[in-house]
Amino acid sequence: MAYSDKVRGTYQEIITGMKDAGLLKVERYIHSAQAADIEVEFPAGAPLKKVINICANNYLGLSSHPEVVKAAHAGLDSRGYGMSSVRFICGTQDIHRQLESMVTKFLGTEDTILFPSCMDANAGVFEAVLTKDDVMISDRLVHASIIDGIRLCSAMHDTFKHSDMAHLEEKLQLHNDKRLKMVITDGVFSMDGDTAKLDQMADLCEKYDAMLFCDESHASGFIGKTGRGTHEKCGVMGRMDIITTTFGKGLGGASGGCVSGRKELVEMCRQKARPYLFSNTIAPPVVAGVIKVLEILSATTERRDKLEKNTEFWRKGLTEMGLIIKEGDTPIVPVMLFNAKLSQDVSRDLYEEGIYAIGFFFPVVPQSQARIRTQISAGHEIHHLEKALDAFRKVGKKYNILGKTKQEIIEMYGM
Amino acid sequence: MEDMKEIVKTYVINEYVEDDSEVTYDTPLISGGIVDSFSMVSLKRFLENKYKISIPDDKATPEAFDSVNKICVLVNEYLK
Repeated sequence: MAYSDKVRGTYQEIITGMKDAGLLKVERYIHSAQAADIEVEFPAGAPLKKVINICANNYLGLSSHPEVVKAAHAGLDSRGYGMSSVRFICGTQDIHRQLESMVTKFLGTEDTILFPSCMDANAGVFEAVLTKDDVMISDRLVHASIIDGIRLCSAMHDTFKHSDMAHLEEKLQLHNDKRLKMVITDGVFSMDGDTAKLDQMADLCEKYDAMLFCDESHASGFIGKTGRGTHEKCGVMGRMDIITTTFGKGLGGASGGCVSGRKELVEMCRQKARPYLFSNTIAPPVVAGVIKVLEILSATTERRDKLEKNTEFWRKGLTEMGLIIKEGDTPIVPVMLFNAKLSQDVSRDLYEEGIYAIGFFFPVVPQSQARIRTQISAGHEIHHLEKALDAFRKVGKKYNILGKTKQEIIEMYGM
Repeated sequence: MEDMKEIVKTYVINEYVEDDSEVTYDTPLISGGIVDSFSMVSLKRFLENKYKISIPDDKATPEAFDSVNKICVLVNEYLK
């Protein structure tokens, strides 16, 4: 045994430091299935409380959809619980390949490879397709999983200012001598809810012979007229070289992810991506569930249309109330509070009012950009949103932030 | 040298500073959190392209890139 008091004390000190700084993440236990209405135990040991969830990535309300649950049950019965193997030994079933083909068709790409998660897809893809002779040029606000993947890759890495196309072009010129170039972005940025300018990026990539990579985790299933994603919204379906996405958000909410794109790049991942080679793939019941999700979304746009209407209602309601939100049209709607403590206080008071929404502050978002990130779902009905708006109005009045400017809020509560 | 300092300072401000923060020739860039380790790459490439030099990777350390003054000392070593 080498876990001495000194070692234990070292970690206890770090954890205490996080707690003292208000940075310790505390989980809330949900005693029901994921949905608009949930039952929560918080703090631990407290009686269960029925609340409306407005902070899940359950954009299409499919996490507990009866048809998806039924399909997952059927998958469990017919293909079992797990594979006990990685894909290339004896861990590939017919339904894994079926799902890959369905995703390819849904996203309008050439081929797809499943990963245990999109975190794994992003961690493995760059190292699999790029070398030290190449360069990756990423938006400065890409998701943490992309940053991790970039760190694991030997290619040179540079960044461009968020959504700044002139800056991106400067970087493409600066690195034009590299063997291969890859431009990297999120489709929908998870903290601000804005969308990438994929049309302009695709043009620049063609001009400078660069590949275009987009993480569509907060877009797949509902962005674009038929929910294919940001590339559909921007009119560049077929021009994307790599898309990564997750099945853990809009597409059913369970787990799993993929790399979808040019067939040679997908093949490189199949041969070289370490999270694919050294980890089991998605479990059969989840695969069966995602197949059903894609069947539902390919048959009708009803759910993404409802989400769009809900989002319009929600954005309009918050704006008319006098709260400051990040502009945009996605279901990620950050309510800006700027001060970290205020974001925690508002979150706590909303919970008392029966609304589950989390405050985010530095280092998750930049300094002085603290916020409540709300996320709308097709699983919400108007009465859910009306109740949530009422709660925001009541709490907003309490803290005197309705109709106030950013400067006025900062003057009252600090940066 | 003064001209080079101004060119490097202007590049750093345009490239990395997204608010009204002041940058002087001695402002700590890396240790001060203005330039992160990822972003050093573009700064190195900018200097190499601008001054037609090649800075070895082992010389492009966070310490050597930590202020406009230090960067200009480094560049001048390879201009000779």
